Amino acid sequence: MTRFSEPSTQAGSDVSATQPPEQVVALLDPASAADNMRDYLRAWVVRIRNGESGMLPVVLGLVVIVIIFQSQKSVFLSAGNLTNLFTQSATYILLGMAEVYVLLLGEIDLSIGYVGGVAGVVTVATAAPPGDHPWWVAILAGLVVATIIGIIQGLVITRLRVPSFVVTLAGLLGWEGVLIFLADREGGTNGGGTIRLSNSILLDLVNGNLSVAAGWIVLVVGVAGFAVFLIARDRHRRRHALVVPPLGLTIAKIVAVAVAGFAVVAICNTNRGRIVSHPVQGVPWVVPIVLGIFMLWTALLSRTRFGRYVYAIGGNAEAARRAGINLGRIRTAAFALTGLTAGLAGVILASQLGSISSNVDGGSLVLYAVAAAVIGGTSLFGGRGKMLYAVIGGLVIATIANGMGLIGLSASAQYMVTALVLLAAASVDALARRNSTRSA
Amino acid sequence: MNLPADPSVEAGPSSAGPASAAGRSDGRVTTASNTKWLLETKGITKRFGAVEALSDVNLHVAPGEVTALLGDNGAGKSTLIKCLAGIHEPEEGQMIFDGHPVRIRGPKVATGLGIETVYQDLALCDNLDIVQNMFLGRELTNSRLLDEDSMEKQARQTLAELSVTTVRSIRQLVGSLSGGQRQAVAVAKAVMQNARMVIMDEPTAALGVAQTAMVLDLIRTLRSRGIAVLVISHNLNDVFKVADHIAVLYLGRLAVEAPVGAFDQQSAVYAITTGRFDPNSIEASATVQAIE
Repeated sequence: MTRFSEPSTQAGSDVSATQPPEQVVALLDPASAADNMRDYLRAWVVRIRNGESGMLPVVLGLVVIVIIFQSQKSVFLSAGNLTNLFTQSATYILLGMAEVYVLLLGEIDLSIGYVGGVAGVVTVATAAPPGDHPWWVAILAGLVVATIIGIIQGLVITRLRVPSFVVTLAGLLGWEGVLIFLADREGGTNGGGTIRLSNSILLDLVNGNLSVAAGWIVLVVGVAGFAVFLIARDRHRRRHALVVPPLGLTIAKIVAVAVAGFAVVAICNTNRGRIVSHPVQGVPWVVPIVLGIFMLWTALLSRTRFGRYVYAIGGNAEAARRAGINLGRIRTAAFALTGLTAGLAGVILASQLGSISSNVDGGSLVLYAVAAAVIGGTSLFGGRGKMLYAVIGGLVIATIANGMGLIGLSASAQYMVTALVLLAAASVDALARRNSTRSA
Repeated sequence: MNLPADPSVEAGPSSAGPASAAGRSDGRVTTASNTKWLLETKGITKRFGAVEALSDVNLHVAPGEVTALLGDNGAGKSTLIKCLAGIHEPEEGQMIFDGHPVRIRGPKVATGLGIETVYQDLALCDNLDIVQNMFLGRELTNSRLLDEDSMEKQARQTLAELSVTTVRSIRQLVGSLSGGQRQAVAVAKAVMQNARMVIMDEPTAALGVAQTAMVLDLIRTLRSRGIAVLVISHNLNDVFKVADHIAVLYLGRLAVEAPVGAFDQQSAVYAITTGRFDPNSIEASATVQAIE
């Protein structure tokens, strides 16, 4: 009766788990079926043709943007400006990562700009006189407020079944009101709605640097850890006859991370000070902070049940429901994490500015956040995306803002160019998908 | 909550055919023990408002056999399997599973008993791979992190046991699979949970020839593993290829229930469209219980 028992004469041939059922090839999956690098590359090309271009367009786009800016302004690729660019991109990256959680569900959160702003105000005000609370209390306060806001919005969306677009649109308006209220109250009459950040540790989050040696040490430890993790995992899976990516791909990943990390550390460790006697060098604290959050959130999405359910709900909510997943709880948790990550962005923004005011442009920030996630390749329809996409997208947004500022273009031009880049990224994605030849 | 016996039912012909009559536990004919059936429904009635979607249905499903559930649109097939799957609860009647009376109050109760349902839409996530889909909602974890290795091993073993060999990699996204392969993944997902009975709703409806053959093979494999299979299908060709028993619903009533040998294509169509067994058909009087 079964195909396995026919040819083999072993009685009741119990097919062992180690015998991979892959002899018959009915349908070639390009992506994961490759055993060696050449197959993988060929499969990759097929995948791109099928519309799963991943990050390729945006990485190429970033290269083009960098070349254009460098040709216009040679200072663009200087160590000082690039370090500046890294710190500028932190807010966009964090907000983009915040948005990824809800975009994966097929939802959207329009409020995160002002949620971040409120968190920033709470943090700065908590650290400011007369309270003068320590830095970690201040950060905790800001993050708790942001998370609670996320939970409230999530509950309204899931319990009352109001579309997330509407709820967070209300949030966009409402939390700006709260932001102005708090900033005016805490900033005092002569502050003009601006609260200065005086806590040195909070200021150092963005403006402080690791020592040159510490930067290199973090790099070496980080890359070595990444390499050991990947190689050990592959070896384990190969020994157990599980699906393993080709060795070449793993090596390529490690090399890419090592090269990128080396470039960042080398750039940041170059003296960017103007005064010879006072060298300014070192990796800004915000770089490892954002990296850590990125790794944490990536692990949460890819290695926990919660993350799996986020993807499942975004892919097929009905299937997730039938599998016994509590959709409301997962959705609410995702909105809470969006709030939390937005709060982190607010803290970083306050640190970068050295103050926080009622002028935080949360409306633009949230649109940049969505743009960052989408430029990187996150689908607006749910189920497809990664935290890494927000990192790349945030870098693109920051690069455009930075480069156009250097060239001296006006804000109007910056908006228009950013819009075009977003549109181009989304169009490339849509066109590629239209050409896709998916069976099923 | 036994139904008061409907006299018209009792009036049916009661001569014992070898398979169909054995184990009629409603007191009519009993030549074998009641536990021959894995699942037996007695007088299941389900109403939606004033509409009686199912009335007095006595269905019998045996382990290691394929029972085909036939009927025209609106005959009540979907309602019946939803009652078995715990999505609806019938107002009247009794279900006996593995010799014990059970009340299937929810999907979790059904899966707890080992009744797994593969719906027509399959309920798969295209953006997840095969392993991820097979374990959706039942992920294995290792100190709170997903245990991908164990899940992949188990998924692979289940697919191998079902002789699903056409999938190149079990790490490919379900969205990239063919219709038959998707069906196979959905069945494997059901079987992996130690299913004792698998209900399949139109498993071959959207499939081509080769894909259909693959799914029919799959059904045979389930049968050979001692699993009771209840298949809803409109495709009589497929039904005659795999079914051991045929049950025909007509306007909410179980009109005919008989071994597949008692039917040919014509008489099956006759039963579906009229709710009666074709009087001219072979062996009709001997093996068939016709209710109406």
